[in-house]
Parts: sequence; structure tokens; C-alpha cells
Amino acid sequence: MSSAVVSAILITSIATYLSRFFGVISSKNIKEKSKIFRWFNCLAYSTLAALITRIIIFPEGDLSEVGYTIRFMVILISILLFFITNRNVVYPTVFSAFLLSFLNYFF
Amino acid sequence: MINSKYFFRGLNSIKGIDSPAIALGASFIAIGALLKNLGFTIQESIFSTFLTYALPGSLIMAESMFIGASLINIFIAVWLVNARLYPMTVSLMPLLLHKSQPKWKYYFSCHFVAVSSWLIIKDNYKSVKKKYRIDYWIGIGVATWSIAIFSTITGYLASDFLNKDILIGLAILNPIYFMCMMLGAMRTLQVSLSIILGSTLGTSFYFVSPEWCILFGGVIAGTIAFFIGERK
Repeated sequence: MSSAVVSAILITSIATYLSRFFGVISSKNIKEKSKIFRWFNCLAYSTLAALITRIIIFPEGDLSEVGYTIRFMVILISILLFFITNRNVVYPTVFSAFLLSFLNYFF
Repeated sequence: MINSKYFFRGLNSIKGIDSPAIALGASFIAIGALLKNLGFTIQESIFSTFLTYALPGSLIMAESMFIGASLINIFIAVWLVNARLYPMTVSLMPLLLHKSQPKWKYYFSCHFVAVSSWLIIKDNYKSVKKKYRIDYWIGIGVATWSIAIFSTITGYLASDFLNKDILIGLAILNPIYFMCMMLGAMRTLQVSLSIILGSTLGTSFYFVSPEWCILFGGVIAGTIAFFIGERK
């Protein structure tokens, strides 16, 4: 393994673990039913939603090569499928991959 | 030590019909292929998923290395994109804390805090006695972590057979899976507002600062949702 790559991986893992580690330390005195717990719960869901939306709308890597119209079409159909299949997450997830590959190939 | 009954119950949680294994696996197959294309060896690829186990961070590290970014730049970029793990951990650990359990379990198992595992435990923790929730959580973490490592290896080895259309298809699996899981989690006003506002503000803030949009958008959206929810 090259030392540059190993250093980058170690730096990445430290930067990632820090957030988790401080999360454990901060949560020590937080009660499950407290207001601060509910606030952090809101922050967790909202930052996750922000991340997922960013990945879909402003993607990096392979997804960025797919046009907005196709991406939004796949998202809308997946949401529709999620509700049609009684909130099953696997069907829309698997279907989205096939649909996106198909649409990207033909359009 | 770890209670094997609850550990295995957590381990088995990825076997259900709503298992995150497919989406999680597909995402790490894509990252395995990407790392191979960027010139990483298979050992380096495994090492990366083993130690980091956070997809956006790994992506940023790989792409930053490709453009020759310095270690400090990589650290800041990864820390920013993975800062979401902090509120995720704080909103999880109080559900798992029990005075009879040793502290090392919490410091060790926080490595498993990632979107898939977090959404699984948030959905199922009430069905487990509080004393054993940490063992159940370690089971979930080991299961999802193992899938990530196994899929990285698969993606690395299969990269020559994965064309552009397949990789694009794999890339959409994870966000769609997470989006569906989030839609399923919208059961209270606070959580629903957090998700709707987080998506809206996170996207809007991208035009101000692409690096900080997740953190700024998330914190402001979550705080607004909290206060509106508390007033009701």
C-alpha cells in the first residue's frame, strides 16, 4: 500500500470517527425524553434529508452525467411506486436502478 | 460481554423484505469500482471501507486524492460532509444507554453509525429491552459494515465488467432507498417538517456554499422543525 493513500484513508477515518466519538460524549447526559434529544433528532433527520437531496439534485460522479429530466422522472416514479406498494422500500429502490439505466441508454 | 441472542437478532435485521442490503451493497459495489478506476489497490479499497464506513466521505477522499488535494483539505472536506454523523449519534445513543453496559461498547459501536444502520435501529429499537439495545445495535452495525466491505471487494473485482449505464443505475439505488426510508419515517410533525425543510433548505443553501449547505441547511431546518413541533 502506498503511504500517500494510507495517510489519506487514515485522515478520512479520523475525520469521520470524530463526529461519531463526540456524538457519544455529548449524549452521555441527554435523556431520551428531553427537549434537547428531540432537537438533535430533528437535526439528524434534516441533515440527512439535506444530504440525500444534494446527492440527487447536485450529484457528483456517475449520476452527474444523467440529465435533470430523467433523474426527476425516476424519483417521481419511485415515490409513486413506494406508496402503491404499501410503503415497501425495496421495489422502488431496485426499479429505480433499472429505470435510470434504461432511460439513460435510450435518451 | 455481548449478549449473543440480541447480537444475532441485530445481525438478522438485514434479512427482511425491507432489507437495506441491496441498496447498501450496490453503493459500495460502485465505490469499489470507482476506487479501482482511481488506481487504489484492493487492500487500500478494503482498508478504506473498513476504517471509514461512510459513503460520502470515501467518495470525497477518493476524488480529492485524484485531483491532488492536501491531507488537510481532505480532512476538512470529509469532516464537513460527515458532520451529519454527530447529530445522528447524539439522537441514537440515549436510546441505547444502560448503566449495566460497559462504556467501550458505545465508543466501539459508534463506528457503525451510518444512514442504513441508523434508520434500521430507529425503526426497531422499541422492540428490544433497553438493557440489550446496544448488543442489538452492534449486530446491526456488524451486518451492514460487513455488507459494505464485501461489496467494496465485489465492486473492485467486477469493475472491468461494469459499464457506464450499470454504474449509473447503481449510483441511484442508495439515494432512492434513503429517500423511501425517510418518507416512511415521516410519522410525526417534527420529523416530517425536519425532512421537508432539510431537503428544501439544504438545496437552497447549495447556491450560497456547496461545502456548507448540508450543515447550514440541516441545522436551520431541524431547529425550525423542532420549535414548530414543540408549539403543537
